[in-house]
Amino acid sequence: MSDASINTQFKTQEAGFGDYFALLKPRVMSLVVFTAMVGLLAAPVDVHPMVAFASILFIAVGGGASGALNMWYDADIDAVMKRTQARPIPAGKVTRDEAFAVGITLSVFSCVMLALAANIFAGLLLAFTIFFYVVIYTMWLKRWTPQNIVIGGAAGAFPPMIGWAVATGGVSIESILMFTLTFMWTPPHFWALCLFMKSDYKDAGVPMLHVTNGRRSTRNHILVYTLLLAAVAIGMAFTGVGGPIYLTVALILNALFVAGAISIWRRDEEVSEADGYKREKSFFALSLMYLFLHYGAILAEATLARYGLGGW
Amino acid sequence: MSFREDHELHGRRFGRNLGVALTLVVFIGIVFGLTVVKVTRGDYEPENARIQN
Repeated sequence: MSDASINTQFKTQEAGFGDYFALLKPRVMSLVVFTAMVGLLAAPVDVHPMVAFASILFIAVGGGASGALNMWYDADIDAVMKRTQARPIPAGKVTRDEAFAVGITLSVFSCVMLALAANIFAGLLLAFTIFFYVVIYTMWLKRWTPQNIVIGGAAGAFPPMIGWAVATGGVSIESILMFTLTFMWTPPHFWALCLFMKSDYKDAGVPMLHVTNGRRSTRNHILVYTLLLAAVAIGMAFTGVGGPIYLTVALILNALFVAGAISIWRRDEEVSEADGYKREKSFFALSLMYLFLHYGAILAEATLARYGLGGW
Repeated sequence: MSFREDHELHGRRFGRNLGVALTLVVFIGIVFGLTVVKVTRGDYEPENARIQN
């Protein structure tokens, strides 16, 4: 097989602008935009709306660039997994080389522009996030260890820290706690998905926890991480970004989340298969609302604080 | 005055080219907006520049 055939093996048709945009993983980008925006608005320093808008946009572009580089590197396993077969490279719309070019160009562009629009520290933090997602997670951990999602989850947890850095130019305990919230949330969120996606990861040879350690062990891990997550999430209520609204939201959501994790832990495969993984699927759906509402509550506290309300 | 007939490629890539053009226009708008904000609030005044560095 020649180099040319390797580079064009997926390409069969003309790509439109939307296909290149799909390389940036728009759905992941929406999470990046939201959490970065909350981090920026929760910081105790006002940012000019134009600078805030541009900074969030460049953070989103940086997140998208890392998604394109992830699709470039993982094109082989994306073609095997049902969940990712429609992505632009396995679908034959964009070549691997094009995805690499888009990813590298936008990575450099977004970091430089963020450094110019906000501050150098924010630009460097975005650069480290892209490096972490592409090199540490995609190239190294993902195909090597069942702890891939635990450590690699850090990449998705950086955006609120970058948003905070845009406003303050640094790091603080509040921004580290926002990082920890997403970091601890990622494993139970993904492991619940793994339980009902069944053979997808196994077919692709990705050593996810349920493939290497079994589904019983995955259920145990979901419970342990959910309990640790609950402690972090509720503890955040008593920091500078928390307040009574956040505490109320955190208490309700964590009670539901822990109950869901216990329910998954108590089930075995026969019971889950019998009802089509109903509990696992509802736990996964709850996990999406969980993160959105926690950050929504932080945003509510920050917004009210501007009117002398919110916080303790 | 006559214009050359469009190549088939122009029609096929119209959507992609339009997307790139709009992206560039938005980018120019953002850079212009950022420049106006930073200049009017004095980010580039010598004393502020020294503090930032």
